[in-house]
Amino acid sequence: MNGPATGGPGRATGVVPEAAGAAGTTAGTASGTTEDAALALGDDALVLSHRLAEWAGHAPALEEEVALANLALDLLGQARTLLTMVGDEDRLAFCRQERAFRNVQLVEQPNGDFAHTIARQLYFSTYQELLWEQLAAGDGPFAPLAAKAGPETAYHRDHAVTWTLRLGDGTRLSRERMQRAVDALWRYTGELTRPVAGLAGVDWAALAAGWAERVGATLRAATLTVPEAPARAVWSAGGGRQGIHTEPFGRLLAEMQHLHRSHPGARW
Amino acid sequence: MVSEGRTTAGTPADEVAGAPAEAPGAPAKLTEGAQGVQVTEAAQVTQGAQVTEATEAARLRAVAAAVPDPELPVIGLGDLGVLRGLRLLGAGRVEVELTPTYTGCPAVEAMAGEVRRALLAAGAAEVEVRRVLAPPWSTDDITAEGRRRLAAAGIAPPRPLGRAPVTVPLLPGPPGEEHPVRCPRCGAADTELISRFSATPCTALRRCARCAEPFDQVKER
Repeated sequence: MNGPATGGPGRATGVVPEAAGAAGTTAGTASGTTEDAALALGDDALVLSHRLAEWAGHAPALEEEVALANLALDLLGQARTLLTMVGDEDRLAFCRQERAFRNVQLVEQPNGDFAHTIARQLYFSTYQELLWEQLAAGDGPFAPLAAKAGPETAYHRDHAVTWTLRLGDGTRLSRERMQRAVDALWRYTGELTRPVAGLAGVDWAALAAGWAERVGATLRAATLTVPEAPARAVWSAGGGRQGIHTEPFGRLLAEMQHLHRSHPGARW
Repeated sequence: MVSEGRTTAGTPADEVAGAPAEAPGAPAKLTEGAQGVQVTEAAQVTQGAQVTEATEAARLRAVAAAVPDPELPVIGLGDLGVLRGLRLLGAGRVEVELTPTYTGCPAVEAMAGEVRRALLAAGAAEVEVRRVLAPPWSTDDITAEGRRRLAAAGIAPPRPLGRAPVTVPLLPGPPGEEHPVRCPRCGAADTELISRFSATPCTALRRCARCAEPFDQVKER
């Protein structure tokens, strides 16, 4: 893979762990440390939490406003637990540069219309639910969090499935927009089932199969077409885990980090 | 959003503190006394050789258990099942273990602060609050007394899980008929889900078909 070293912009912050080992190799559990894995999973949760929080004040209904904030809150809790395994959570969240983040590219994608947000939720929560199931069954360093977060993620997926059915099997317009969202984000899903460096005890082939089965069943039930295009576009394969991000991510970070960077250590 | 429970709770702290669910006989009144009284009683405790360490731990545990939940103040942390343990480390130092209901529950920090304050007021010299995740909190950890208090405040308590993992159906179907969520106001079994997400991470929003009142339910996990 073309993963760059993280020694560049990130090193200046002094809190950037080194590149997540051979994140792009095909080994079942690629080499890496527990901290590498915690950073990758923590960044997933943190970045998606921030994206969902952007809906505050813009959701289509009051109940949905509350629902999205709840999802964001669960993810923020996961992020805090995971980043604390690596170092100071605030420094990691607010002082790293773009290339030092290890989240998958899916979670940084803009909210788009509501259908895009729901498609992103469907893809990610299905992946996370399967991951927590596997990790909770083991006795590794992520087992306690996985057991804790699993039931929460089940609610996240239920939320996404319910909306996918309602929009997909809805009006002509809602179906059209849901299909557009499902198609647009499909290219980012290949990265979800690639081995995470330092994360032992995960059967990635089983995870990929489970993901395809669950997502496929939901899309078909919603009368949507399961995309046939390869889920792993060449240019995005494994990119996020190696610090390569898409353009919208820079703007997300600018908003998320600007207060802390402008007023270091500010509290209220 | 202010839940029904909060507005009808009256003076929840006193109510909860007056009836500690754990450690029978423990003087939970220490948390509500005037400063001078607290100091006097704390001094008695430290000088009394007849007070065994176990009794003292039980007393302090009752104090911590009686601290109201910041978001559902009708229920104490003990009845909510988030107070996992309390140990005396010697020389008045106390270690408390709290577990969050939800991973991202923002109330955990407030809980830790309240527990620290209550224990210091009850005579502890130093309090360390630890956050533990395993085993994960379940709604089955809410005591019978806790369920009664929730229901009395208009919040439907969770149905028992029996430690079975939460399975959310892939395709939403009709709710389970054998264990309906009953309206905490009129008791009707005919209630419907408005949203799985409500004012706090641990509650869902429902509506009663008979009395038409919306209400929160602590959702099972």
